[in-house]
Amino acid sequence: MVLKAYFPTCCASADSGLLVGRWVPEQSSAVVLAVVHFPFIPIQVKELLAQVQQASQVGVTVLGTWCHRRQEPEESLGHFLEGLGAIFSHKPWFQLCRERGSKSWSCKATRWQGPASPAASGEDQVMLIFYDQRKVLLSQLHPPAALPDRQAGDTTASAGGLAAVFDTVARSEALFQSDRFDEGPVRLSHWQSEGVEASILVELAKWAAGPVCLLLACLLSLVSAASACRVFKLWPLSFIWSKLSTCEQLRHRLEQLTLIFSTRKAKNPAQLMRKDLIGQLADALIPVADHVAEELQHLLQWLMGAPAGLKMNRALDQVLGRFFLYHIHLWISYIHLMSPFIERILWHVGLSACLGLTVALSILSDIIALLTFHIYCFYVYGARLYCLKIHGLSSLWRLFRGKKWNVLRQRVDSCSYDLDELFIGTLLFTVLVFLLPTTALYYLVFTLLRLLVVTVQGLIHLLVDLINSLPLYSLGLRLCRPYRLAAGVKFRVLEHETGRPLRLLMQINPLPYSRVMHTYRLPTCGCHPQHSWGSLCRKLFFGELIYPWRQRGDKQD
Amino acid sequence: MEDEQNFSDICGGRLALQRRCYSPSCLEFCLSCPRITLRSLTAVTCTVWLAAYGLFTLCENSMILSAAIFITLLGLLGYLHFVKIDHETLLIIDSLGIQMTSSYASGKESTTFIEMGEVNDVVINEAIYMQKVIYYLCILLKDPVEPHGISQVVPLFQSAKPRLDCLIEVYRSCQDILAHQKATSTSP
Repeated sequence: MVLKAYFPTCCASADSGLLVGRWVPEQSSAVVLAVVHFPFIPIQVKELLAQVQQASQVGVTVLGTWCHRRQEPEESLGHFLEGLGAIFSHKPWFQLCRERGSKSWSCKATRWQGPASPAASGEDQVMLIFYDQRKVLLSQLHPPAALPDRQAGDTTASAGGLAAVFDTVARSEALFQSDRFDEGPVRLSHWQSEGVEASILVELAKWAAGPVCLLLACLLSLVSAASACRVFKLWPLSFIWSKLSTCEQLRHRLEQLTLIFSTRKAKNPAQLMRKDLIGQLADALIPVADHVAEELQHLLQWLMGAPAGLKMNRALDQVLGRFFLYHIHLWISYIHLMSPFIERILWHVGLSACLGLTVALSILSDIIALLTFHIYCFYVYGARLYCLKIHGLSSLWRLFRGKKWNVLRQRVDSCSYDLDELFIGTLLFTVLVFLLPTTALYYLVFTLLRLLVVTVQGLIHLLVDLINSLPLYSLGLRLCRPYRLAAGVKFRVLEHETGRPLRLLMQINPLPYSRVMHTYRLPTCGCHPQHSWGSLCRKLFFGELIYPWRQRGDKQD
Repeated sequence: MEDEQNFSDICGGRLALQRRCYSPSCLEFCLSCPRITLRSLTAVTCTVWLAAYGLFTLCENSMILSAAIFITLLGLLGYLHFVKIDHETLLIIDSLGIQMTSSYASGKESTTFIEMGEVNDVVINEAIYMQKVIYYLCILLKDPVEPHGISQVVPLFQSAKPRLDCLIEVYRSCQDILAHQKATSTSP
């Protein structure tokens, strides 16, 4: 049976002593965590191990002896080490040996049957696996993607092996607290012996972080308390807040800031603060709005004529066309009235863009919504008109066939109408049918325009969602400290001499970027449209109004 | 202990199988794929540049030519780094696991390690590949729910695609080690 001994690379140059670690019988592997140096008192070593075992719930014991020989072999040391096997009894007992200055290691693992019959003890083959203790301590092992038919509550039994090694090292923090340079009763060698990690700046930052975080937490709690006060919940303020996507973003940002202070998604927002840029933006807005209004007027003139060769009902055409033209005229006058103030308003609004790119994008989305407000109004008028027409048509069609909609029973019942009812009903039916193409055309045109605006806003929202859910910290960790996120391990066979045990180097295999994104994706705002394609088409056909960005669970207007 | 043999892949290209035996319980197979030939490289470059010249005579814009050069360079770099596999290695360690490494032409290596506890068996399977029927070596993984079931099939040497004679060599050595591992794991 081949036994596996996981040996930390930092202890390869340590002086002779005892090996301390955990024995995993199911995998026949021994995980060495530290080396205890001479001189030591066995009672104190046992006490320390009992303490560590209690603190970390890991079965830490003495596994064997470690001998780092100088040029001349010391026989007394050899006998002494063998005698230790009697004091700290452990099955199997490992004896690792290395010649100083050379790469040849030797390893024996014996199972004592008892001091009376040493001849009956069997020796097993040992495989040495070196691992970097600091990296394995900090790393987090990600199991492979679960199969679809595996239940979520299954803890895989086959996750033994490597997961046990990682788990053992990670949980034995208590053992790594004292070092061989400390003045304690027992001197240990582990990864901290290579040099305790410390940097003046890091220490100072840690000291300063406490009060700074406290101050920021107080400020943020004040702000959220202010925003949660009752004044803002009254109608119409609450209505406006819910319609503007900027407020949604601000709320989301406030939540994020309260949670973690360092998550600033700053993509150089200072660009937006330059005065000439704001001025240019403001100067560009008015001609754009004018251009849009002009295009709409052309469109209406076209509809009032003979659009695409279709013949419209003249009177209705003129009425609708003139109504919409007047509406556009009002809108243009309003824009021209506001034009001197636009620049200043934009500058103040742009201040809030210091909270990140997502807020700036949401502001853009809201500006688009406000500029195309007249398109929204036209869509509503056209849709309501069309909806009324369709309902009237369907009701009169039922009358035509002698049926009626029973509101009480929610079904279609037959009904006997009088002659004059039938007469007027038929007349109205024919009138509506002949006016249908005109209304339908206006409805179609304005619905398409509205859908175009909704698509643009939707794309902006998708982009905002993407930026919000990007796990920047995990990606940065994967880039700079790839050993922290482990998908598995990889082995490399080191120089091998016949007669010596097999030596392997275990390195951490980092997680691929696609899995990092998939595992650590942040929760999004949840702006998913609640309609399926089928219900959307149905609503469009019947002229019902579409509210595209309503969340699921909001109450309907 | 090292030895090298020559085989061929399913398309007729030359493969070299290097076998290294570190110890009775540790074995490594290295299969090197056919290299990128000068002929194919020249053919691709000429096609791209002829197309670019054709577009240039139509549009009279010299940016097309510079763009073609960039595209060729970036395409070649991307191909070497992401697509072209130089050699594939299989390392079997008794009672530890099986490791597959693919080394790309630019030096990048991608490694997968499967623990021995998850391996059910290593078998040679038949598959229909385009218009051919080919043999491939694969690892069967255990199903945690069902003791004798199989949850996943992991194919080996996917870009080298050796023929049956090469696969039989690898298969025999793998089975030796797996049998030894099963024998020793059942004993207390």
